[in-house]
Amino acid sequence: MSFVKGLKCRECGREYPKEPIYVCEFCFGSLEVVYDYEKIGRALTRKAIAARPPALWRYRELLPIDGDPTVGLTSGFTPLVPARNLARELGVKTLYIKDDSTCHPTMSFKDRVVAVALTKAKEFGFETVACASTGNLANAVSAHAAAAGLGCYVFIPGDLEMGKIISSLVYAPKVVAVEGNYDEVNRLCSEIAGKYRWGFVNINLRPYYAEGSKTIAFEIAEQLGWLAPAHVVVPLASGSLSTKVWKGLKELHKLRLIPDLPTRVHAAQAEGCSPIVTAFKEGSDVIRPVKPKTIAKSLAIGNPADGYYAIQTLQESGGTGETATDEEIVDAIKLLARTEGIFTETAGGVTLAVAKKLIKQGRIPPEEPIVVCVTGNGLKTQEAVAHQIGQPIRIRPSLKSFEEAVGSIQ
Amino acid sequence: MGVKVRIPTPLQKLTGNQAEVICGGSTVRDLIEGLEGQYPGLKERIYDEAGKLRRFVNIYVNEEDIRFLEGDGTSVKDGDEVSIVPAIAGG
Repeated sequence: MSFVKGLKCRECGREYPKEPIYVCEFCFGSLEVVYDYEKIGRALTRKAIAARPPALWRYRELLPIDGDPTVGLTSGFTPLVPARNLARELGVKTLYIKDDSTCHPTMSFKDRVVAVALTKAKEFGFETVACASTGNLANAVSAHAAAAGLGCYVFIPGDLEMGKIISSLVYAPKVVAVEGNYDEVNRLCSEIAGKYRWGFVNINLRPYYAEGSKTIAFEIAEQLGWLAPAHVVVPLASGSLSTKVWKGLKELHKLRLIPDLPTRVHAAQAEGCSPIVTAFKEGSDVIRPVKPKTIAKSLAIGNPADGYYAIQTLQESGGTGETATDEEIVDAIKLLARTEGIFTETAGGVTLAVAKKLIKQGRIPPEEPIVVCVTGNGLKTQEAVAHQIGQPIRIRPSLKSFEEAVGSIQ
Repeated sequence: MGVKVRIPTPLQKLTGNQAEVICGGSTVRDLIEGLEGQYPGLKERIYDEAGKLRRFVNIYVNEEDIRFLEGDGTSVKDGDEVSIVPAIAGG
């Protein structure tokens, strides 16, 4: 059963049918899925959701598919970890980590968007799927395409972390490393997408793909006992995640699944690639693209497609934005690991570093509940911290050697 | 020989389904004026009512984003390649 009416341009409002298209022919605005909320309201209740398997598809009515889900059936529903040690360290009362470093199967929030995108790709009859990616999306598309029996091409910047390259190659897709940064890969892919009849998850499947990110917000609210938190801090690359977290919360509120919507959505970018936060801080209505220079490669998008909508999200929700330096990113990765036993990739370091800053600046008050979205796993970006976390203690296999070594470090 | 311009899928209806067209001009703005002459309706898709480049249109001259050059005043010459690309999401 479908709850989707069609697509609509976010800029000029022109309507389009449910097809693999992504951009308005008249103004180049991005297309957004339009739902029949009345129909959804009759089908989707807290009780119905509670009876379903713990995966992102438990919110199926709010996802843009027509039939039953066919890809990524076990993705999503990651832990919302009460981070008591970290909260104490940061001097706040209640802080949660939404831990998508455990998302199944490729350990980042991209498993959510890809589950939706590839289910949709199969509905459209595509036999090959593809993406442009900073790494995590490529991993997710590669794994899900393998399981779904789809052909797969992934395009990545040439300088990605080895962990992210291996985590695509192992699923045997065609991995194309492009000499250039992500924005150049993306431009190339939009030209390839025009020529080949593939389901490009972030191009012609984009309206559907992006909706998968809403499930982070749905889960946070459900895991809080159907309440919206006061603050959510999310990382920004293209800006899409922040807009979808906000859209997800608004939908729950509209459907009366949560009683009110006090949430402020805050944006985190790396200092070496912060076109959205910079424009937000300057109050500028133009987002100037940048050439990224940061260790947070998964956020290194210098020309963010959803930047304007991300700024709109911050303004509408009353949130704010900050940036983190490479040093602050590494410190935050180590802080999260040391306090909560969670190893995040650089994007999570950016998000926590920014949360820390906003708390220190008083822009997030210490008594209000905070959710920090950790979107990826540190095992994929080990280079970022490898030389800043010490060395093992080397000893000979004898008790004497151990006690000498321990004595010297105690 | 002119400048080769790559037309994105959403605009190919206006160019008779051609993905690449050849046009002349000394700047990007000139080029688009020229395209408008050949393919009426194309300019208003790229520029808004106020005459500014629409914010979700990216234009590249020889693979460089014109916002890193001189915007639509960026000069072009015979043999250059220009791409018109809608903004796309990613990650």
